[in-house]
Amino acid sequence: MGASQSVRTEHEFQDVADRTGFSLEQIGNLNKRFRQLSKNEETLSRQDLASISALDNNPLRAQIINAFFDKRNLRENEAGTVQVIGFEEFLMVMSHFRPAAMHITEEEREKLRREKLRFVFNMHDTDSDGTITLEEYRRAVEELLSKAGTIGQETAKAIADAAMLEVASTTRGKMEPDEFYEGITFENFLQILKTFDIETRMHIRFLNMDTATMRCGK
Amino acid sequence: MSVRVVLHSPSGSRSFLERGLLLLVMLIFLEGTVLTLGAASSPDISAQDNTGGHDHRGIAGSHDHTNYTYTKKAFPVLSLDYHHIQVPFEISLWVLLASLMKLGFHLIPRLSSIVPESCLLIVVGLLVGGLIKLAGEEVPPVLDSNLFFLCLLPPIILDAGYFLPIRPFMENIGTILMFAVVGTLWNAFFVGGLLYAVCQIEGTYLSQVELLPCLLFGSIISAVDPVAVLAVFEEIHINELLHILVFGESLLNDAVTVVLYHLFEEYSGAGEVTPMDVVLGVICFLIVSLGGIAVGAIYGILAAFTSRFTSHTRVIEPLFMFVYSYMAYLSAEMFHLSGIMALIACGAVMRPYVEANISHKSHTTVKYFLKMWSSVSETLIFIFLGVATVAGPHAWNWTFVSVTVILCLVSRVIGVVGLTFIINKFRIVKLTTKDQFIVAYGGLRGAIAFSLGYLLDKDLFPMRTMFLTAIITEIFFTVFVQGMTIKPLVDLLAVKKKQEAKRSINEEIHTQFLDHLLTGIEDICGHYGHHHWKDKLNRFNKKYIKKCLIAGERYKEPQLIAFYHKMEFKQAIELVESGGGVKLPSAVPSQVSMQNIQPKKLPPPVAERALPQFTKGREEEIRKILRSNLQKTRQRLRSYNRHTLVADPFEDGWNDFLLKKQRLIELEKKMTEMSNYLTVPGAIPDSPTMCRARLASDPNAFYNIKASSDGVPTIQVDLASPQSPDSVNMLNEFSKEGHTGQGLGQREGATGKGLGQREGATGQGLGQREGATGLGLCQREGADRDEDQGLMMKPAGKGEKGEEEGGNKNPGLMRCLSDPGPSNEDEEDEPFLP
Repeated sequence: MGASQSVRTEHEFQDVADRTGFSLEQIGNLNKRFRQLSKNEETLSRQDLASISALDNNPLRAQIINAFFDKRNLRENEAGTVQVIGFEEFLMVMSHFRPAAMHITEEEREKLRREKLRFVFNMHDTDSDGTITLEEYRRAVEELLSKAGTIGQETAKAIADAAMLEVASTTRGKMEPDEFYEGITFENFLQILKTFDIETRMHIRFLNMDTATMRCGK
Repeated sequence: MSVRVVLHSPSGSRSFLERGLLLLVMLIFLEGTVLTLGAASSPDISAQDNTGGHDHRGIAGSHDHTNYTYTKKAFPVLSLDYHHIQVPFEISLWVLLASLMKLGFHLIPRLSSIVPESCLLIVVGLLVGGLIKLAGEEVPPVLDSNLFFLCLLPPIILDAGYFLPIRPFMENIGTILMFAVVGTLWNAFFVGGLLYAVCQIEGTYLSQVELLPCLLFGSIISAVDPVAVLAVFEEIHINELLHILVFGESLLNDAVTVVLYHLFEEYSGAGEVTPMDVVLGVICFLIVSLGGIAVGAIYGILAAFTSRFTSHTRVIEPLFMFVYSYMAYLSAEMFHLSGIMALIACGAVMRPYVEANISHKSHTTVKYFLKMWSSVSETLIFIFLGVATVAGPHAWNWTFVSVTVILCLVSRVIGVVGLTFIINKFRIVKLTTKDQFIVAYGGLRGAIAFSLGYLLDKDLFPMRTMFLTAIITEIFFTVFVQGMTIKPLVDLLAVKKKQEAKRSINEEIHTQFLDHLLTGIEDICGHYGHHHWKDKLNRFNKKYIKKCLIAGERYKEPQLIAFYHKMEFKQAIELVESGGGVKLPSAVPSQVSMQNIQPKKLPPPVAERALPQFTKGREEEIRKILRSNLQKTRQRLRSYNRHTLVADPFEDGWNDFLLKKQRLIELEKKMTEMSNYLTVPGAIPDSPTMCRARLASDPNAFYNIKASSDGVPTIQVDLASPQSPDSVNMLNEFSKEGHTGQGLGQREGATGKGLGQREGATGQGLGQREGATGLGLCQREGADRDEDQGLMMKPAGKGEKGEEEGGNKNPGLMRCLSDPGPSNEDEEDEPFLP
């Protein structure tokens, strides 16, 4: 990269930094990684992410990659997927994984919590219809256990069923035999994970320093 | 300053101990506390005590006794030989006293809600010591360092290590280490240094106290005590983060204390410390701590490896764990490594593997034994602390004691605040001011400090008595003042409390989900963070270590599945336990059934009755769980065997259930004899719909079997067959299905109509009862098993024969009730699902 470009990006970064809450250093690092992944293109495609070898062993590989191209995670009130994302979108997705600030009010905490849970919810809700159906939940658990071999596949369904029953009973209470529980809505999702401190758990450390020396292999 | 030095010669102190304890025996006898012993023998003992104590001082009691019998001409019909049993008897008495005290406190809930148990126990110890002293006897040196470090401390630490919540512990390991190492060092030097400075002030009469003994004292007094912390923190139910911070610190600071203690003890003789010694001290610290962990880990792995092969000798399984852990502790202590860290490491390392290997019963045994030992040890420690306080000797120096107490508080506060300031720069979840306060205030001192002080050489440290007095005062101050006020303060500050909620399966799923998600995001970000390494470690663990240490196929099981199995198992047990119509525990909901969430597909004639189809593997799994657990429960009652356990944790519930069962069967019989056998008896406590709902609510319980799914052709359920829309009883529904009903009828415990009225009645009763008590699982399983073994199953068509079939059935049914029939012994060996 030439010096002129870094000056230009410096300015852009400031703008993004305000919106996503990353520091300039963090954005710089992420930008480096972005360029490395996209092979110096302006946009990142699915293949670029899929080629990260470290992801190969991750049972959620496909879901994670999908999350980056999910419009719901990029802009509000939109559904569907995109084919390529720019750096800004990349940052938008990444910003879901920022740790909470030290002093935040209860409202901010609640907002953060909703945002993070929304991200997870969207990962489960593959058809973007606002509910996680039993089928979707089963698939999610199956994926989660996909590295566990045959035992995993056999049990995954049972686990998803049990989990779904749990959701249905905690959110609906008693149900008549002919009632039908359509699936987990986001409100239900919030309710069942009430004791799950996602705001303090769903974060990674974004490094402030240059990670050139400790970069993951691509 | 005058330091009273009381010399105990070993034999002298022993006889003091003996007489003191004898007196205690007498006291307890007089109070009538010990009811198990014959009242007639008590005067004899006291007589023996008096003569043995006063007239034959220093002469061994057995001598005395032989003389006595020698002079007697007649053959002694009843003789008394107290000395023969003295030591174990007295130990038992102490343990009994401790247990009775513990029991007593919980009978007075109001008292224990205000005052922590540890305080009460110390008071009891003071009283006991006072009584001994009042009786004019020398108080025994009960809190002997050897006794403390070799017998009383290990159970508590093993308990703590074994049940250490690994996840929060590892997530906060940095903070914990910072508090444990830097914090303790700071406290030791701050307290020691300032104490020395105070001692140099004219007029305190402490000028003969040198710097190194002061630092030694500082290092003894500065370590937070795990026993005291556990005792208090378990009662205040603080949130997990704070608990693990204070408790983790108290565990890990052991290495620092050990090193400082030995270092200062070593050099206070020489009196000079060179920079070289400091370097050696640092190296020593690393060796002591890492060595302790290594020793513990080695024994932990050995224990795990051994447990791989214990499947045929379940009875001694728990013993291996205890012995290996104790060996780890002793081995570490042998090299003056940190025994506490060794025990913690041993417990934490062995737990996941051992739990996967040992049977459920052994696991329960391990849990109970650990809890029992640790609570008795804890009780004894606090009582002994009280007794030792009375025993003295004391050298009270106002300046020294008050300065110690103040300095400890000040250094603790400064240390915590200062360290948190640094730590918070690196922590994502910051420690708030409230948290800091609790961490600082929760720094209780305890018996470890006392025992270390007790260990000091009297010749080398002439001020030992004063040190001991100061240590005791500090312990009393922290345990009484801080321990008693921390609970109101926690309430007052509204510190987040521990959430008692059970972990739900959704949370477990999302915990796993998040782990993988974060690892993935870190990989995309392109740097190796915590999650990346954790993932690597998990993978390594799964690939190599688990394979070596866990028997069978279990090692392949991911955590989520293990969790699910555990939950499933718990529910099955709870179903048995919940006996008659008690509401099911809510781990899996009882009001919603599978059909509520199942998308309707290809509606059968009665669409809402569509039952979830379970795969063969699933069904096998359910069967396996039920068979291996519930069946065994019944089997256990059959006979006594010296080498296997007869008693069962769920036995009580089971006996209760058997009674209910029989009563209900009789009731059912009468009712069905009176009425038409086709009708469903109505006056059952639990309505059939409820039965079904309950069964249905449990994914385990609600399954149906496809004709060929498990290769037993007689089991058939024809879902599409016509069903009466009004039939509310699932069991009834099936019974109406004629020939196919039989297989299922047996399964369900409700034999089909085709089996004849009598059998039908009994079966119905069973089915009802079983639905009502939620025990259908095991009943059905019993039938299922028998059928597998071809003992009970009849070809479906024969069901039509009615009465005589029913007659034939009854023995089988009765066998179901009393004796599950021959069973695979292998089942017993099935490992408990962790």
